[in-house]
Amino acid sequence: MDFYTLIAQIINGLQTGSVYALVALGYSMVYGIIMLLNFAHGDIIMVGAYVVYYSIASFALPPLLAVILAVIMCTILGVAIEKVAYTPLRSAPRLSLLITAIGISFLLENGAQLLFGADQKSMSPMVKGGFSMGSVGISYAAVVTIVVSVIAMTALTILVNKTKMGKAMRAVSEDMGAAQLMGISLNRTISFTFAIGSALAGIGSALYLCAYPQSSPTMGSMLGIKAFVAAVLGGIGSIPGAMIGGFAIGILEALVAAAHLSMWKDAVVFFVLIIVLLFKPTGILGKKIQEKV
Amino acid sequence: MGRILTVDDINVYYGSIHAIKGISFYVDEGEIVTLIGANGAGKSTTLNTISGLLRSKTGDIHFLDESIAKASAHSIVSKGLSMVPEGRRIFLRLTVEENLEMGAYTRPKSEIKESMDQAFELFPRLLERRKQIAGTLSGGEQQMLAMARAMMAHPKLIMLDEPSMGLAPIFVDHIFDIIKSLHKNGATILLVEQNAQAALSVASRAYVLETGSIVKTGSGKELMNDPVIKKAYLGA
Ligand SMILES: Nc1ncnc2c1ncn2[C@@H]1O[C@H](COP(=O)(O)OP(=O)(O)OP(=O)(O)O)[C@@H](O)[C@H]1O
Ligand SMILES: [Mg+2]
Repeated sequence: MDFYTLIAQIINGLQTGSVYALVALGYSMVYGIIMLLNFAHGDIIMVGAYVVYYSIASFALPPLLAVILAVIMCTILGVAIEKVAYTPLRSAPRLSLLITAIGISFLLENGAQLLFGADQKSMSPMVKGGFSMGSVGISYAAVVTIVVSVIAMTALTILVNKTKMGKAMRAVSEDMGAAQLMGISLNRTISFTFAIGSALAGIGSALYLCAYPQSSPTMGSMLGIKAFVAAVLGGIGSIPGAMIGGFAIGILEALVAAAHLSMWKDAVVFFVLIIVLLFKPTGILGKKIQEKV
Repeated sequence: MGRILTVDDINVYYGSIHAIKGISFYVDEGEIVTLIGANGAGKSTTLNTISGLLRSKTGDIHFLDESIAKASAHSIVSKGLSMVPEGRRIFLRLTVEENLEMGAYTRPKSEIKESMDQAFELFPRLLERRKQIAGTLSGGEQQMLAMARAMMAHPKLIMLDEPSMGLAPIFVDHIFDIIKSLHKNGATILLVEQNAQAALSVASRAYVLETGSIVKTGSGKELMNDPVIKKAYLGA
């Protein structure tokens, strides 16, 4: 593999990695706040992708409007799922919550199949063309994806670290009881977390379509699982961790593909998961804090 | 002096464990009332029930002029009732300043700065450490932060659950000095302590809790001189 191919592959990797990172953030934030591996999260992307597809293909909306609509729909869906399925289980064992999440995932996938059909819906790419730098070809889609996700992640970082709601989210994720004693409403804060995570998934779905312009009812499951691996690799619960994990998995996949081992791409990702779980279950930025007595 | 808190015949259960067995008591404005009792007597359960984290099966809890027995924990804080929970429960991953901001969560942004300055006046050690992650504070400093954080809400009644727990004697004195100065500044305090000596010496009135029931009540002085209390709680 020559140098230029390597650069091109790294840019590819950053492009997919951006999507993984945006989706991984949703897993990590939700896990951080209610200790739930929200397996329905990947399917929210699928819904977002259909919203974009139908907005453009059936209603001929401009792509930007379609994307905004998808983000809004994903946000509403994420919060609705939280309210209907997870809030009633707030004090139930975590396993009940996990099983519920898997159930919601099936519901969304099968619901989509019923509504939209099992076949893939292909659309023409939203962002076309590209340019070359030296002998490296770079698509505008890659540029848009990377730029949009960096902006989204920067906004999220500011939100979480600087705003009152962001600080409340961190407080709730550390100690729900103590947070309530501050006057923080759990319902509001948890719903807000789902809203942000789902909005990021909505952005992720649009960016995913830039790379692979087709939607199918099960598209969310593989994407979701890879983003989940990214979240675990980065340290589940950690926001910068999810970003690092997402980019790392994206680049890793691209390098595997560059080495003409494309068929091993998925296997390598799961191998990473196993290695992380075996040797550093807290991930790269896993939380460790010494508690003083 | 008006009545600020009335607890009327509450019964609290953990599953089948009957932890609080029909207790009633009150706190008047400007008082320090203390609840003393051995490990497992039900002191924390009582405070957690008042603050809305636990529910009573019976009776009622009145704060100021309304019932809070069914109110959510977070809404009780905005009514003016704050608690420093047992074991401090500060946010270890947040900075000192962020912890204080969380304490002021229910208050308008424009008033936070002034309250924070007041908190730093009362706890100068926190000022030097305001940008530090709270998990790196010493135990005593964490207790100060927990108290300062609760004060940030400008409560009309503050409940302290064992503020002296796990602290060196010199720090215990310091914490009690702060309790006294809060009181002098007009605070109403419901204090839970195992350190009965120290608690009774600052208290206007006291209740003695044994296995979920109030077995004795009186002024701080009376109980300090009560032979039974002396024997059981003051190690005399
Ligand atoms: N989460 C819980 N589940 C079951 N039982 C509990 C729980 N919390 C407290 N208890 C029981 O309720 C009773 C009262 O406990 P509580 O914590 O209120 O006591 P306390 O007076 O605060 O004791 P300490 O001085 O040790 O803090 C005890 O018998 C305790 O074992
Ligand atoms: Mg206790």
